Amino acid sequence: MKHAEILHRCFRCGYCKLPGNYTDFNCPAYAAFRFETYSPGGRMWLLRAWLENRLEPSRRFQEILFACTACRNCVEQCALPKIKDELLAAFTAGKEKLVEEGKVPPAVRDCLTKLQQYGNPYGLSRKKRTDWAADIDVDLFAGHDYLFFPGDVGAFDSRGQEMARSVATLLRHLGISFGILGAKEVSDGNEANAMGESALFQMLAEENGRHFQELNVKKIIALSPHGFNALKNDYPALGSDCQVFHYTQIVAAHVDRLSFPEGQPPMRVTYHDPCYLGRHNWEYGAARMALAALPGVELQEMDRSMGDALCCGGGGGNLFTDVIGNGPESPARARAAEALDTGADILAVSCPSCAVMLADAVKTSNMDDRLQVKDISEIVNARLNSAFPAGE
Amino acid sequence: MDPFYDQLAEIVGPEFVSDAPEEKYIYAMDPGTMPPCEPDYVVMPGSTEEVQKILRAANEHRVPIVPLGAGLVLSGLSRALKGGIVLDMKRMNRIIEVNQMSRYALVEAGTSQGMLQAYLKKHCPDLKHSAPDAPPAATVGGNVSIHGSGHMSHAGGFHSDMLNGLEVVLPTGEVARIGSCAMSSYWNARAPLPDLAGLFLGWAGTTGVITKLAIKLYPAYPLNDVGVFVCEDASLVPDILYRITGTQVAEDVTAWMSPKPDWAAGFLHCNVNYGARTQNELIWKRNLIRSSVEHYIDEKTGGFLPLPGPMKQRFLEVPARQLSVFADVRKGGGFEYVGAIMPVELFPEAYALGLAVAGRVGVAYSMGCRVVGVNHSMMFFYAYAFNRADPDDVARAQRALEETNQRVVALGGVPWKAEAPAQQEIIDRMDPAMFAMMGRIRSVLDPNGIMNPGNWEKNG
Repeated sequence: MKHAEILHRCFRCGYCKLPGNYTDFNCPAYAAFRFETYSPGGRMWLLRAWLENRLEPSRRFQEILFACTACRNCVEQCALPKIKDELLAAFTAGKEKLVEEGKVPPAVRDCLTKLQQYGNPYGLSRKKRTDWAADIDVDLFAGHDYLFFPGDVGAFDSRGQEMARSVATLLRHLGISFGILGAKEVSDGNEANAMGESALFQMLAEENGRHFQELNVKKIIALSPHGFNALKNDYPALGSDCQVFHYTQIVAAHVDRLSFPEGQPPMRVTYHDPCYLGRHNWEYGAARMALAALPGVELQEMDRSMGDALCCGGGGGNLFTDVIGNGPESPARARAAEALDTGADILAVSCPSCAVMLADAVKTSNMDDRLQVKDISEIVNARLNSAFPAGE
Repeated sequence: MDPFYDQLAEIVGPEFVSDAPEEKYIYAMDPGTMPPCEPDYVVMPGSTEEVQKILRAANEHRVPIVPLGAGLVLSGLSRALKGGIVLDMKRMNRIIEVNQMSRYALVEAGTSQGMLQAYLKKHCPDLKHSAPDAPPAATVGGNVSIHGSGHMSHAGGFHSDMLNGLEVVLPTGEVARIGSCAMSSYWNARAPLPDLAGLFLGWAGTTGVITKLAIKLYPAYPLNDVGVFVCEDASLVPDILYRITGTQVAEDVTAWMSPKPDWAAGFLHCNVNYGARTQNELIWKRNLIRSSVEHYIDEKTGGFLPLPGPMKQRFLEVPARQLSVFADVRKGGGFEYVGAIMPVELFPEAYALGLAVAGRVGVAYSMGCRVVGVNHSMMFFYAYAFNRADPDDVARAQRALEETNQRVVALGGVPWKAEAPAQQEIIDRMDPAMFAMMGRIRSVLDPNGIMNPGNWEKNG
């Protein structure tokens, strides 16, 4: 197994379980399950025991590994500078070995099978990939400045589709020239990679990359930070040389072009940093810059923000596999409660997976009369249209 | 089918009990050198009532109970030496009350040091607790119960001295409150009632399960500084510490000696941390501390290190993250230390002892001490790094720890949170009447001997 040589170097001091300000447990899997086995240090020691034949890869063992949301909090907080950068790679390598041995939880198996067969984790026909754009008439890419890449959640999940439509509408307002791959698009593969299926990731990435090349795509706007991460960091090794942006970066750079109606009611917003934009790519500014440009919007930071943000629990394939579960101690519900504590009316997100997870948590926790989950583009559009007062 | 497992699941909920190989493996050991001892169950209670029910069930079935905080003692005290239940207390982590005027916090025992620190910073920024240098995941209850010490120990003594009151579940399931909370809604003092808290401090979880505790808080200053007095002669250190602590303006006074980094090798460093509300007060305190050791500066036998900003920040960090990095010295994820409670005058002999053991056994070491009280005592630590993937290296560290414990005891020190072998050393030296009394107390509190058996027991 790759990175096996670092497993024994974990001291299990537990810094990895916490954010930098120690407010509360910040490893989503540990916070949800509370057994030490689910902490990053526990996973390190379990992996070592497995490799040394002291433990069998039982169903529980598999669930412990796949409950990891790849949020990178452990990498951020590990006290050991010489191994910290490899922690997440070691967990992914462990998942990869389980995948190779065919020892994965059924939900993971099903998700990977759908990705392989349909090119998306929902098991839906490729033809449906453009359904999200049916009402807004988005061009297929043909020499546009940008390719807009909605990704799986933006294309297939109803909440993700709303977000994709909202972003596309805003890009138009901003005067951005963009088109989409449409039915040619397949999953960006980020989740396949995070679940240890690197061969499947490569297959998906190569298919998308071939289309990028055929259509001479130079610049891509990703809806999802997960897609942004794969396209930006993993595709170049497979030959893709596109410049990749997350949509919030485009909005931040162009928001000054917009005119907002005056006299808008105040709106208290807190922002949830997505892991694949924040800890994976150190992008903490774009969404905040976009919000700062909006009249009447007041940003209230949560105790855990930026590099300390608590993951929504949807990463590492968990949005589709739900290995981490959605019980009372789930990270999404904890995050929703933290957002409500700020006094904000709006929980702003910039990731469709976070939007799905947190909207569900807000509803399950009966907070939906006090807190709405809105993505950055929806907030900007609302201010443009002045039809979205605070607390609506 | 395991009816006892079902009973536990009914008490805490099925998601908080496990007898799976994965939990048994991880909870069998801590990061130190002690060999693993597997529990039969790991259980995570969420309330005092659940702890009561678990203890009653354990009594009924004669199942051992091993209370666990963050599992960071490193000396294996929370291993299930006789099997049974490891009771992971970290779900009980509510901060129940902060009494600002009387400067105390009432918390559940599984509250982490980091969580309390963060809570106070946010809600009561002019208060702080004495955080140990254990990682922030360490629990408040665990640290107090082992007589820990920390960043206010010069001012306030051992963390057990900072304890205002306890709620404990006795081995037989009754709940007892100790201190002013036994008859009042305030948790402000252990005096003047008979002080039963001692029945649960230093006993390694053999007398009950602490579920709530109140600890003293101290002023948190907006301005903080540290001075590092350095000398080359260990025989001077007791007097240096005596003079510095005599000013009574510092919060924390520690000494450290380490062969790495190179600039530190061969020198003895005394860190003096202090804080103030104003710049003038800070300067006044700095001058007072400096004047206390002016004699050595004039003699050119010691002086304060000039500290670049980043280095000063590292010395001011609470807890000191850098300490965990020692675990990677051997690229092997491990260190363990003997912490010896000793009078400060033994510092030179204690230091020589550590150098001798480290040299003879050939282990990577770091040494130092934290002054507890106004030079009333010190916790002298001998930390030895090891590579956990190399059994010979682990064995070497174990030998160094055992030899250190033996020599510390011979010198007149008492090993802190002693490993099972060190407990035997202590028992052999202890006043027999005290040991007999410990046994009588345990038999009264824990008639079925379910509480962390194997600890504080004479072998054979």
